[in-house]
Amino acid sequence: MNQSKNAVIDQRVKEDYKYGFVTDIESDTLAPGISEKTIHFISEKKKEPSWLLAWRLKAYRKWLEMKEPNWQNVKYANIDYQDISYFSAPKKNELKSLDELDPELLNTYNKLGIPLDEQKMMNGIAVDAVFDSVSIATTFREELKSHGVIFCSFSEAAVDYPEIVKKYLGSVIPHTDNYFACLNSAVFTDGSFVFIPKGVKCPMELSTYFRINEAKTGQFERTLIIAEEGSSVSYLEGCTAPMRDENQLHAAVVELVALDNATIKYSTVQNWYPGNPETGEGGIYNFVTKRGLCSGKNSRISWTQVETGSAVTWKYPSCILKGDNSVGEFYSVALTNNLQQADTGTKMIHIGKNTKSTIISKGISAGKGQQTYRGEVKIMKSADNARNFSQCDSILIGDRCGAHTFPYIDVRNQSATMEHEASTSKIGEDQLFYCNQRGIDTEDAVSMIVNGFCKEVFNELPMEFAMEATKLMEVSLEGSVG
Amino acid sequence: MLEVKNLHVEVEGKQILNGIDLNVKPGEMHAIMGLNGSGKSTLSNAITGRENYSVTKGDIIYKNESIVEMEPNERALAGIFMSFQYPTVIPGVNNTYFLRAAVNAKRKYNKQKEYDAASFLKFVKSKLKEVEMDSKYLKRAVNEGFSGGEKKRNEMLQLLCLEPELAIMDETDSGLDIDALKIISKGINNYKNKDRSFLVITHYQRLLKYIEPDVVHVLIDGKIIKSGGKELALELEEKGYSWLES
Repeated sequence: MNQSKNAVIDQRVKEDYKYGFVTDIESDTLAPGISEKTIHFISEKKKEPSWLLAWRLKAYRKWLEMKEPNWQNVKYANIDYQDISYFSAPKKNELKSLDELDPELLNTYNKLGIPLDEQKMMNGIAVDAVFDSVSIATTFREELKSHGVIFCSFSEAAVDYPEIVKKYLGSVIPHTDNYFACLNSAVFTDGSFVFIPKGVKCPMELSTYFRINEAKTGQFERTLIIAEEGSSVSYLEGCTAPMRDENQLHAAVVELVALDNATIKYSTVQNWYPGNPETGEGGIYNFVTKRGLCSGKNSRISWTQVETGSAVTWKYPSCILKGDNSVGEFYSVALTNNLQQADTGTKMIHIGKNTKSTIISKGISAGKGQQTYRGEVKIMKSADNARNFSQCDSILIGDRCGAHTFPYIDVRNQSATMEHEASTSKIGEDQLFYCNQRGIDTEDAVSMIVNGFCKEVFNELPMEFAMEATKLMEVSLEGSVG
Repeated sequence: MLEVKNLHVEVEGKQILNGIDLNVKPGEMHAIMGLNGSGKSTLSNAITGRENYSVTKGDIIYKNESIVEMEPNERALAGIFMSFQYPTVIPGVNNTYFLRAAVNAKRKYNKQKEYDAASFLKFVKSKLKEVEMDSKYLKRAVNEGFSGGEKKRNEMLQLLCLEPELAIMDETDSGLDIDALKIISKGINNYKNKDRSFLVITHYQRLLKYIEPDVVHVLIDGKIIKSGGKELALELEEKGYSWLES
């Protein structure tokens, strides 16, 4: 590229992360540090039943014995777990209605493009807004309730629906699963709870919007979605955080359970603060455990993720295909620009007969971004006629970034059908020149080419969010050509 | 319209063009003929501003201004179009979407109202007929799965939509069957008028059976060694390039 193009690009790189503002609000923030006391404090704050406190403590004790994993293909500074605050909540958060919500908070969500006023909301989307450690509002609850759908914060669910929570909590991801899931089990604060009763098709899209605001706090949300027999739901989560010089830890756990003939579609648009584009200072460590259990016959769980934010992303939304004829899907677009790193992919565990899984992963690396696709497909002995199709494509923009692919395949039943396709390509000079020659500038051309590359995945997102994802991609790619 | 003066071009340190002079006036059609490796494509890439084609000496003047320092997209917006010898595939990008982005970039540049999806579709369908293309091509990804002839017709479609003043046809006749060749030639002839110029780059004089260049230049080793009227092309066909080499 010539001089003037570089100048334009340099300027674009310096553009701020759009969601980097801090909300000035009085918060109750627990002093940094983790101990059994911390856990007692969180549990008390949330007025949790005693069994839940016991469950947390059990996880905490286990966590103390565990070691932080180091096999992932990312590098980051050591995390000092005693230097993190495990609870932060805006004061005045016990509201009876949305009208009582602090205007500062409403304003924050408006700025993020998520109006919490039901009148102004996008049609047919209910939102749970989680701010630091607490859920501050959940919209359309009454309307959903009339259909029997429960959509509330996890904390409320633990108090109001303890028998359901007790039955399913940790049933897909046991507290012993991995280091970060175990930590989450001990100190999780808030997240969403969704219960779709038998035979109900959830009448609207459900979504949770996660926002980290306080400095030095970690976010440890916990989400649980249960779809009973013959029900279906589409759920979306979005995430942003202010720009800060220090790294912040986000270690979430998401568990999904689909019973016979149920369908859960879970979409993520992750845009946590990626850190300073030049120095790599700050940014979110996004270490998340997500897993769905297709426990019933003909059930279906579909993960769609668009990962553009975070300094370091480390996550593998997975499916356990236990029910016969169940279907697991994973559609992913991950973008690493500047100094971002991601090690992401999925696991598909086939247990039931005639189970089917599809993996479509699109990785985009720009700047000095490093990205790894890591996927495992496991066909157990019992899984007669299992099928998997995997496609992992990577695209490189510039010559300072990297893409790596680690597919693991473990087949223990001879009747399985496996297909795997992979490709890595550089964004072509010929494609860029072709667009330029038609009058399209380089930034727009890159967006267009990358969006074309991601199309199969964007097509899986709910319509409103597909548009958002396209836009987000453009913003995240700004300055990537140089 | 286009004046090329003593143009020297280097590609990756290798001198390819050694002093080209051209003067294409509005409404004129010039043909550049030459063997493979003579520098024909380098000339078109240099005029359109492709990366790595560095002008080391001389100048390219378009509409009385030097364009050597201009970005490729700026040159395109100013009215220079190239029909590619090998049009690029862009997977996942819808052909109509691409075409609309290009046309709207140009309309924005000309301070005209940009097309919305519906009005653009109407616009592009009127152009489709001229190149005898089926509307199903609009729904496909850019050049994906297109045959050689379809790609060239798609280039012609883009030309008709973008309405350039200077169109460079880079080896448009290569890989075309006779029907497609006729369609493209007809497109060129219909498009040409007193304000629009063509630079037709070709290896053979096959295309020149259907279109009438005002001037024919013969390019050998990065230099124009002979210029003349249409009859020069016929002479070349008869005697071969070696006739001019010494």
